[in-house]
Amino acid sequence: MRYNSAMASRISRFANPGRFLQVSRRLLPWCGALAVLLILVGLYLALFVAPADYQQGEAVRIMYVHVPAAWMALNIYFFLALASGVALVAKHPLADVAAQAAAPVGAAFTFVCLVSGSLWGRPMWGAWWVWDARLTSVLVLFFLYLGYIALVDAFDDPTRGARAGALLALVGVVNLPIIKFSVDWWNTLHQPASVMRLGGPSIYVSMLVPLLVMTAGFAMLFLALLLLRMRSLLFERRARALRINGPAIEGAARRTDGGALSGANW
Amino acid sequence: MSGAAAFFAMGGYARYVWPAYGIAFLTLGGLALRSWLRHRASRKALDALDRRAGAREGAR
Repeated sequence: MRYNSAMASRISRFANPGRFLQVSRRLLPWCGALAVLLILVGLYLALFVAPADYQQGEAVRIMYVHVPAAWMALNIYFFLALASGVALVAKHPLADVAAQAAAPVGAAFTFVCLVSGSLWGRPMWGAWWVWDARLTSVLVLFFLYLGYIALVDAFDDPTRGARAGALLALVGVVNLPIIKFSVDWWNTLHQPASVMRLGGPSIYVSMLVPLLVMTAGFAMLFLALLLLRMRSLLFERRARALRINGPAIEGAARRTDGGALSGANW
Repeated sequence: MSGAAAFFAMGGYARYVWPAYGIAFLTLGGLALRSWLRHRASRKALDALDRRAGAREGAR
């Protein structure tokens, strides 16, 4: 497909915060409802339909929380880095808002991954925690999220905070392949990938389906929370501008958001 | 052991399985609730500012 001016204008239309607020307002209820529905179906499949493991017994059910949370932790970080790159290079007006909205959600999924992993490790390995490559690199991921959130808030000037955070997010990308391949590169207690592997998944369909439904539910939850938090950030940003500059900002605000923020139907 | 009791016992792994699900629910549900409250508050604050700005402009 050729990149033409019609496409460019279509893209810039979605780049417009006013347009984003209108679209996200319509999308949000559907994303939220779909997230709840998928997670409920996923829970039913995980707790009632999926079989117990022949080695791990019922403890294997922790997998349906742990693995989707781990995938989300990685994918949201990838999203955070991508949005940060776009914010730094293309100065897209929504990119740093997207990055800042995604970070706490990524941190929450990483936390769920770490805690559920610990609760799974105790009965299976006999240890709540071991300092091996996989566990340590995921802990580093958690601290990258927290570091990003703290750094963005550490500056009086929000633009400088966003820039510093974006740089940290990009540097942290080196951690992603380390997490992914840690189970192959180093000896570890953690089992290697059994779904995202060359040659296709090596687990039974009765376990794979609940895993995928739960992942879809978590992904939808991420999307809903991303939109919700992006909207909050845009509202807060505009309120700050109004408080500092008073009505004088109106003209400037209208120029940057295409006027869609003023008196629009949110 | 009855069906429900067997289900909650999780084959002896209840004290690992249920906390894993519980913490996932509290963490994600808590974040969702906080995000929703923040959305409501930030929107109300902006609406109030916009109304004040509108009133000022109307007085002129």
